[in-house]
Amino acid sequence: MVSVCFYFQVHQPQRLRKYSVFEIGHHNNYFDDHKNEAIIRKIAHKCYLPANRVILELISKTDGKFRASYSMTGIVLEQLERYAPEVIGSFKQLVQTGCVEILDETYYHTLSYLYSKDEFKEQVEMHNRKIRQLFGYKPKVFRNTELVYNSDMAAFIEKMGYKGILAEGADHILQWRSPNFVYRPKGSGNIRLLLKNYRLSDDIAFRFSEKSWKEFPLTAPKFADWVSRINGSGNIVNLFMDYETFGEHQWEDKGIFEFLRHLPLEILKHKDNEFVTPSEAIKKYGAAGELDFPHFVSWADVERDLSAWLGNKMQQEAIKEIYHLEQNVKLSKNPALIDEWRKLQTSDHFYYMCTKWFNDGDVHKYFNPYESPYEAFITYMNILNDFRIKANKLSEVKVAE
Amino acid sequence: MVKVLMFGWEFPPLSSGGLGTACYGLTKGLSSKGIEITFVLPYSFDSNAADFLKMVPATNIKIKKIASALQPYMGSREYLNSAGKKQSPKIYGSTLFDEVQRYALAAEKIAEEEDFDVIHCHDWMTFGAGIAAKRKKNKPLVLHVHSTELDRTGGHLTDQHVYSLEKKGMDNADKVIAVSNFTKSKIMAHYGIPPEKISVVHNAVDFSEYAQNKNSGIKKTGKIVLFLGRITLQKGPDYFVYAAKKVLEHEDGVKFVIAGTGDMEHSMIEKAAELGIADKVLFAGFLGQEDVEKAYKMADVYVMPSVSEPFGITALEAMKNMAPVIVSKQSGVSEVIRHCFKVDFWDINELSNKILSVLRYNSLHETLKESGYAEVKRFSWDVPAQKCIEIYNELLSKD
Repeated sequence: MVSVCFYFQVHQPQRLRKYSVFEIGHHNNYFDDHKNEAIIRKIAHKCYLPANRVILELISKTDGKFRASYSMTGIVLEQLERYAPEVIGSFKQLVQTGCVEILDETYYHTLSYLYSKDEFKEQVEMHNRKIRQLFGYKPKVFRNTELVYNSDMAAFIEKMGYKGILAEGADHILQWRSPNFVYRPKGSGNIRLLLKNYRLSDDIAFRFSEKSWKEFPLTAPKFADWVSRINGSGNIVNLFMDYETFGEHQWEDKGIFEFLRHLPLEILKHKDNEFVTPSEAIKKYGAAGELDFPHFVSWADVERDLSAWLGNKMQQEAIKEIYHLEQNVKLSKNPALIDEWRKLQTSDHFYYMCTKWFNDGDVHKYFNPYESPYEAFITYMNILNDFRIKANKLSEVKVAE
Repeated sequence: MVKVLMFGWEFPPLSSGGLGTACYGLTKGLSSKGIEITFVLPYSFDSNAADFLKMVPATNIKIKKIASALQPYMGSREYLNSAGKKQSPKIYGSTLFDEVQRYALAAEKIAEEEDFDVIHCHDWMTFGAGIAAKRKKNKPLVLHVHSTELDRTGGHLTDQHVYSLEKKGMDNADKVIAVSNFTKSKIMAHYGIPPEKISVVHNAVDFSEYAQNKNSGIKKTGKIVLFLGRITLQKGPDYFVYAAKKVLEHEDGVKFVIAGTGDMEHSMIEKAAELGIADKVLFAGFLGQEDVEKAYKMADVYVMPSVSEPFGITALEAMKNMAPVIVSKQSGVSEVIRHCFKVDFWDINELSNKILSVLRYNSLHETLKESGYAEVKRFSWDVPAQKCIEIYNELLSKD
């Protein structure tokens, strides 16, 4: 039996406006509302709406045998409510089928776990509230920003009441073991670990339209055959990817929607195959063994580590400075200030400052609003310095009261 | 192997500026790939051309010198005031154009005596020589354009005569090499040369003889922003001074160093005084090779605000010496480097925003410095040399 578990990440940051050094102290708007609106509308139209239609169609065509799971960050949901509310409606429809599971993550898509456990916990709880409010649904499984994960986090998340957690099936952790089983994280009790099968996931997410790839063109029967072959050597195939894979990273005219439309039907042709959500997978399969992630692992780049966000000195300085403001910001008890501070924690801001891939110029440029990582850094630091002045003022007022 | 008759210029340190540096790098690259070069250059009596061969200890290079007062980047006025012209008024032409003509005639003689397959000329003063050599031996002519009259005059074309000589050269050439896409598009738009006749060969930088002393040895107080180049309209010194004013309004401890000479030097000194920043803008005059390296090492940021820069080899030199770099988007070098800032030369706000940021944010300074160094380390004159060889072979296979 092979259970296929689809998980899609839905996220868009609130991009920053170009903020010059001369604006520091003026407290102008930090966010590029115009650009954010344009991007959200474009993605809604090219990806979210058509992809949701296909998923809904598949669920009804297979009488609910097809399953999928999503996590949507708080900030993408906010933007969708504002700029493309029809997408929220379409996700609600999906959730109502009962075949779709929603996972929790940090509301602001941040690396807060690395810098402040209190802040992390608050953001996860905020996300949980947002999902309950919008979808009347309480997530049971957690995935952290960019699949950043280590064993300690599993224990922490278990204490918060979650039954499962997602991570990258990184070779250097797995070694001889397979990602196609459910594992027990080292140092935890009953929480279960689901690992991304990165080869098969990336075949769709990164290689689908790549003409130089030897498997090009990738067809639904071919992919279904690869999945079926796992039968006997594994229980579960976790296909984790950005939802923007459909229609944005891979374009409609390259046939990605046709692929999505046919793949589940092809997979189900084999009677030993089925689809599951993460919670169903955890219920169904016992832990095949214990797995330790002593260091942080993510799903980014070949390194599968934190270097995409924290690899150079600019990134390290920027992120350290923003978390350094935590106490003052929270002291202010000013909701608008706290919200702004959290939006500045979004990991994308640091990702845009990454210099390691800058030489090759590759997929990471997608939706990157900056000409260079240096431009990204300047904009961020100018805003941060402006924000610091504002935060200091507001927290002093509060203390004086 | 291909034999090249090359009309070039003296190498650094005897000559300053990108033209000599490019001739040197390219010649070295070509000779290491087995190309035989007869290198013809103008030399005046006051220069010591015997040093020339020491720079390129290769057996496949032959030097031919033509006594001449021509020097790179000369204008008509500079020619009349030049030492060479004043010393031997009877030998040299009475105007720059007479001298260029005289040089071409001498070149024709050399062409007659020498054995070669291709002619390769560097910038307009040698184009006449190239045409003459082509006429004599009917060999393909390659013109290497390092700058055009439009660049040097900021688009005003003050010297129609130079423009016509450039145009005539390009019309007669079998191939025009542009040092950037930026220059290629200018050659297409303003000289009417079809795109298929123009190849882009970007300049490079060499690490081979580079001494790895990472410190300038100079103790300094406060931060330094550097401008290095001819103080002429083309190089945008005025934008540098205006940006200095704006930066100093926010950080008053910064020094702005302008290294170089040129016809705008006096007006720039006056401009700095007028803006009330005369004590913060230092004019270092012309720097020799060693001091140039020191200047880069001392600088906290190097700014190249050129109005129109066909390439801009100084940006690579600065990166080699670990100075963070801000270049104008109106430059060829901006097409080939990524670990730097690129701004429109006229955008003083953006330029000062970036200068201030590099000065303020240490991590930005460090990352630019380290990544820039790593980037420029991958450059090598082998690449442009190889492209030239491909161009030679293509021209020769046509015959």
